[in-house]
Amino acid sequence: MDVTLSVNGIEYQRDVEPRMLLVHFLRDELGLTGTHWGCDTSNCGTCVVLIDGEPVKSCTTLAAMTVGHDVLTVEGLEQDGRLDPVQQGFMEEHGLQCGFCTPGMMLTARALLDANPDPSTDEIREAISGQLCRCTGYATIVRSIRWAAERGAGGNGAGPAAGDRTEAQEQEVGS
Amino acid sequence: MTTAPEQERPIGFGRLKRKEDPRFIRGQGNYVDDIVLPGMLHGAILRSPVAHARIVSVDTSEAAAHPKVRAVITGADLEPLNLAWMPTLSSDTQSVLATDKVRFQGQEVAFVVADDRYAARDALELIRVEYDILDPVIDPHHALDEGAPVIRDDLEGKTDNHIFDWESGDADACDRVFAGADVVVIQDMVYPRVHPAPLETCGAVADYDQVTGKLTLYETTQAPHAHRTLYAIVAGIPEHKIRVISPDIGGGFGGKVGIYPGYVCAVVGSIVTGKPVKWVEDRSENLISTAFARDYHMTGEIAATSDGTILAVRTKVLADHGAHNGTAQPTKYPAGFFHVFTGSYDLQAAHCKVTGVYTNKAPGGVAYACSFRVTEAVYLVERMVDVLAAELDMDPAELRMRNLIQPDQFPYTTKTGWEYDSGDYPTTLRKALDLAGYEDLRREQAERRERRVRTSEASGGGPGVREPLMGIGVGFFTEAVGAGPRRHMDILGLGMADSSEVRVHPTGKAVVRLSVQTQGQGHETTFAQIVSEELGIPPEDIDVVHGDTDQTPFGLGTYGSRSTPVSGAAVAITSRKVRDKARSIAAGMLEVSADDLEWEKGRFFVKGDPDSARTIADIAMAAHGAADLPDGMEGSLEAITTYNPPNLTYPFGAYVCVVDIDPTTGETKVRRFVAVDDCGTRINPMIIEGQVHGGLADGVGMALMEIIDFDEFGNCLGGSFMDYLMPTAMEVPDWETDFTVTPSPHHPIGAKGVGESATVGSPPVIMNAVVDALSVHGVRHIDMPATPSKVWEAIHTATADER
Repeated sequence: MDVTLSVNGIEYQRDVEPRMLLVHFLRDELGLTGTHWGCDTSNCGTCVVLIDGEPVKSCTTLAAMTVGHDVLTVEGLEQDGRLDPVQQGFMEEHGLQCGFCTPGMMLTARALLDANPDPSTDEIREAISGQLCRCTGYATIVRSIRWAAERGAGGNGAGPAAGDRTEAQEQEVGS
Repeated sequence: MTTAPEQERPIGFGRLKRKEDPRFIRGQGNYVDDIVLPGMLHGAILRSPVAHARIVSVDTSEAAAHPKVRAVITGADLEPLNLAWMPTLSSDTQSVLATDKVRFQGQEVAFVVADDRYAARDALELIRVEYDILDPVIDPHHALDEGAPVIRDDLEGKTDNHIFDWESGDADACDRVFAGADVVVIQDMVYPRVHPAPLETCGAVADYDQVTGKLTLYETTQAPHAHRTLYAIVAGIPEHKIRVISPDIGGGFGGKVGIYPGYVCAVVGSIVTGKPVKWVEDRSENLISTAFARDYHMTGEIAATSDGTILAVRTKVLADHGAHNGTAQPTKYPAGFFHVFTGSYDLQAAHCKVTGVYTNKAPGGVAYACSFRVTEAVYLVERMVDVLAAELDMDPAELRMRNLIQPDQFPYTTKTGWEYDSGDYPTTLRKALDLAGYEDLRREQAERRERRVRTSEASGGGPGVREPLMGIGVGFFTEAVGAGPRRHMDILGLGMADSSEVRVHPTGKAVVRLSVQTQGQGHETTFAQIVSEELGIPPEDIDVVHGDTDQTPFGLGTYGSRSTPVSGAAVAITSRKVRDKARSIAAGMLEVSADDLEWEKGRFFVKGDPDSARTIADIAMAAHGAADLPDGMEGSLEAITTYNPPNLTYPFGAYVCVVDIDPTTGETKVRRFVAVDDCGTRINPMIIEGQVHGGLADGVGMALMEIIDFDEFGNCLGGSFMDYLMPTAMEVPDWETDFTVTPSPHHPIGAKGVGESATVGSPPVIMNAVVDALSVHGVRHIDMPATPSKVWEAIHTATADER
């Protein structure tokens, strides 16, 4: 079936099986491999992307369900060569080790800070409680998100506007 | 040998932000499943739904007819290639694809190669396998029963499920000490089967070039070189025609040490189809079929004087190894380093006997901070010390303090033969107790208990009994890491050494090549810092190459906290060789004797004349330049070392944990966790702290949540993340960490390794806290995981006086 959706501000159109999961659409069809896959059951959260600004587990979302919605993946966090403060925070506070859960954690953090620019550590822990990290023991992830919050990272709904460009325009710019 | 002061960008040791992070925070990591090769096909494995059955027939015709299927491979196809079975890391054998029987639920039966991953899975549904169901052996305590079904009838002459008996220590001496002791306590305990469950599952992309005969294998492996050698031996592909690439690895924790059938299937798939083949397991496959950890069923005994001097420890262990003995241990040690169970105490005698058995469960016994069974050993002794403290009615911290090995006793030889290299245990324990405010915690606990009794009595068993039960746990651990001296330690005949190469380029930038493999530990940063410390080159100017057997020297890889103790030593020594050569070249450049030169980080200068100097960059250019070099010296600035450790290193630490248990639900909340670790010289304090944090969270998982259990038919009850529970941010506290520094005397930079310390040290401390909380109900021990139901049950079935 024909699936058209906006990812990181670029409109993509693909002909895929109706059963194709969003995580595979992003990874296999668009080559956006920063979104990871870890469990199939919505437990680990390595596949989290933002759909219209809300964290969603892309391993249990059909690509077809996101038609007409705006998807933000980790690749869309950095804007014009400027890192999102959340990305910066994870580097500053050692919020990652193997890096596998990191994209999902950062996107959830981005959504949290958009809704609540100054979250307490308890609020941060609750916000990321749908995601697993096997390496860090979470404390440094909490610190990373606080680092971003303390630098006014919240509330701006970072990320590109929906459907700014089409894939064809993007490729033209790139060439 | 001391920690460098805080610097934003230290040259050498210090808190340096990680070099690998910029790609990860942009989603630009390169994990195995991210790899896409032209024409790549996708593989999937059909697994056994039952634990024990004879395979009557496998019909693949319908699957093979699927329009998107390129190949269907079964055990029968592999037999003529001599690939149906492969060796395990413990010199046993394991099926790649089952031929005669299936021996555990989830065992690999057939492999489908298709155009895409969905089609490969679809085709699995079309394979018809007829099984003749056999009785399974699930409980290891019945594995050696007369008449128990023989699981490994593939082994010639095998008539039972026995794998090995192994002993360490002096049984007679131990018996004598026990016979004369004032106090002897005994306790059965189980370290349950758990799973490393890294967030990235296992996978491979195999690319066999039919023309050159070269196999390129991208793999989730912690040990690329060892894997390559084993593939050469198993598959008969010449070793120089195999290139194993281990790109970014999404966590390993020991689970990516062994070779799994899926890797071999991907290789066969690529050879058969002539295309690259990707195989990535799903989470259930990961949990039910890849290497588990633990599954040690232990009886501990401890002997002491009535005033609290610990005299001896002995233990009998039943080790459940599953259907194949796939544990990754040095050949001489079938129970790994379990005989370090004497712990951190000065004993008169010790003895252990371990019996390994087969059951119809997934093979392994390696993983989860594999630690070569030190995890089980530390749990045993630290729980036993608390059981003894309860028996003697002594404070467990005081009991430990009284029995710790003293600083002047190092190097200390244990009763099971280990030579602990260095330590100042009392200082570390005191530091942890002070940091925790131990006395205050005990006071608070006494007040709470009193209030609980008071309010409970006042209300006739009312609100008071709903007061949280506060528990305080204390523990001390000694780890044995950095395996190991090759005269004692090999895996399948490969000595446990590691190599490194350091090359300084003409402009003074450098590359270091490693045989170990990061899975998140930050090797690209830490190893650059070691070179930087030795040569004075900024870490950002040093490229760390690893995870590619074509580009790195041989070595056994990363597990058992061995990277820094072994490979870190290799890198330091290699760097010093480079520095020695640089000295000779600098002497020529400055026209002085090499002895007249003094080194400060990054340059040599003439003694007494600091302005007459040559930097490493100057020397590197000269080494590659046109000018004359000293007689006999080759024009380059590089070196290689293979490091054979003279001994293991022995990191240690003291931990304190506070829990609050809700008596109405049995839920345990970890309120505080204090960890003081000593891993010797600290290379990057930020990374060390991160390693400790991760291990502590693992400890909470094992102590309170994680278990791979089975029903009577051998169905795995922990086969998804809905059933296998791991800690989230809600279940763990904000860790309180500190450290002491006791360098290893035999390691070139004094570093001991830290990756597993907290995983090893924390579970008994949490359980000591849980049992301490429940002690008011007369509980002396419960087994992990202390789930709410188990704790609730312990409270409600306790026979002691309800207080």
